[in-house]
Amino acid sequence: MPVASKPIIEIKSLHKTFGKDVHALRGVDLLVERGKVVVIVGPSGSGKSTLLRCINHLEVETHGEVWVDGKRLNEKNKDIDEIRAEIGMVFQLFNLFPHLTVLENIMLAQRVVRGRGKAEAEEVAKKQLERVGISEKAHSFPAQLSGGQQQRVAIARALAMNPKIMLFDEPTSALDPEMIKEVLDVMLDLAKDGMTMIVVTHEMGFARVAADQVIFMDQGLVVEQGTPQQIFNNPTQDRTKLFLSQILQH
Amino acid sequence: MTKAASKETPLIVESLWDRLARFPWWLVAIILVLIGSAYFVATNESYQASLLFIVQGISITVQTTLYAYALALVIGLIMGLGRVSRNVIFSNIARFYVEVVRGIPMLVLIFYIAFVAVVDFAGFFGVAGRDVPMNVRAIIALAVTYGAFLAEIFRAGIQSIDRGQMEAARSLGMSYTKAMRYVILPQAIRNVLPALGNDFVAMLKDSSLVSVLAVRDITQVARLHAGSTFRFREAYTVLAVLYLSMTLVLSALVQWLERRLHAGRK
Ligand SMILES: Nc1ncnc2c1ncn2[C@@H]1O[C@H](COP(=O)(O)OP(=O)(O)OP(=O)(O)O)[C@@H](O)[C@H]1O
Ligand SMILES: [Mg+2]
Repeated sequence: MPVASKPIIEIKSLHKTFGKDVHALRGVDLLVERGKVVVIVGPSGSGKSTLLRCINHLEVETHGEVWVDGKRLNEKNKDIDEIRAEIGMVFQLFNLFPHLTVLENIMLAQRVVRGRGKAEAEEVAKKQLERVGISEKAHSFPAQLSGGQQQRVAIARALAMNPKIMLFDEPTSALDPEMIKEVLDVMLDLAKDGMTMIVVTHEMGFARVAADQVIFMDQGLVVEQGTPQQIFNNPTQDRTKLFLSQILQH
Repeated sequence: MTKAASKETPLIVESLWDRLARFPWWLVAIILVLIGSAYFVATNESYQASLLFIVQGISITVQTTLYAYALALVIGLIMGLGRVSRNVIFSNIARFYVEVVRGIPMLVLIFYIAFVAVVDFAGFFGVAGRDVPMNVRAIIALAVTYGAFLAEIFRAGIQSIDRGQMEAARSLGMSYTKAMRYVILPQAIRNVLPALGNDFVAMLKDSSLVSVLAVRDITQVARLHAGSTFRFREAYTVLAVLYLSMTLVLSALVQWLERRLHAGRK
């Protein structure tokens, strides 16, 4: 019982530098409870992607601690692959495997990481494809799909691993406007199903509807956090107000 | 008015001169050379004798090339992986190997590997160096040499794959090795197939260098034939035409493969 109530992600005074000059994160603290949806907003270069990538160790922290589901990530983690298997990640540019069909994309990690047999992996893949609404594209190659379809396959690929956490790094930024909704709808469904999600996005509509917590970042720091109402309607920090006014002008 | 019209109607009739200029005359010339050689062989007894003698070396040439290339592929893949590895020891070994091999003339390298390295290596395992047949030494020498070229091809192929592919694979829980094997290499190898094909053709030609080890490939056999009959013209003409025919066929094959790959890609 105490384990279940512990936050699934705990980040303590996280710093990340690139080289000598770039200080991408300057002491970020963050708690994410199980089943919550956290939306991260902030101007370009504020460290949103870096923060997300530190959570599955695509970037290794320079200083500070990242705890995922009771395990501390560190450079010597032998079990980093196991930890990553529990954390799905969706990228801005989809990053589907172009040499594999949609179905194979979703089956690969199930087979070589989870050790599932072919039949089981295929069944799971088909189920996830149905969930994101593109069963008919199972045997297409990624290049034959629209951006929105590719991103939904990417989501299905991550979900097929039965992750405990899903990270989204601007999943709709590379999409044509008419495809954004189909991806956001999938994400909304996922949030309703109780998935723990951390989403970097500029889609304020999504944040208002889906987020339990909105985090505003600037220059490598969490400037302000709260419910969508608090952040969008009554921001207390000047930088938040400035950012929101710029976003809403668009 | 007339100006606009002339702009809109492209010149459909190509001038005769343009068509002549675009015609692959070089190919005609090569075909003529081949036909001419065939004619000589058919009508001239000393050319015929040369061909019959030299052809005995074909199987050694082909075998040496095939075995050496297969071995070079293995070495090249391993060393190419070393070149992109973050493991300091592995990557330094790979870099050392590539730089050393590329810094020494192929002929010198073949001598060195066949007469020094292989002998030492055999001795290390308690085998007398002279018990290693020259054919085998030739294959090893060629493979080690070409392994360095192929390593650079594989390295370039791996580096041509978008970083996001590795990240996506790792984020799904794949180890570096699994990501390489299932995600990066299949794409990288497909990208470098044409380059690998070109190096196969190049190796067929460079296999002639093993004649210095007295391996009886077509070059060595031609030298023996020329030396004993003094028919230098016949022997070396036949030899050159044999290489030319083989490389032409192989190059055409490589090009065909390349085009098929290109067509298959979206
Ligand atoms: N691999 C890297 N090497 C060097 N600098 C980097 C690297 N990754 C990120 N940075 C720098 O770190 C800072 C934060 O980058 P990050 O990508 O986290 O910002 P972001 O908030 O995601 O921005 P955006 O909205 O443009 O995606 C930026 O100044 C960026 O240039
Ligand atoms: Mg970003």
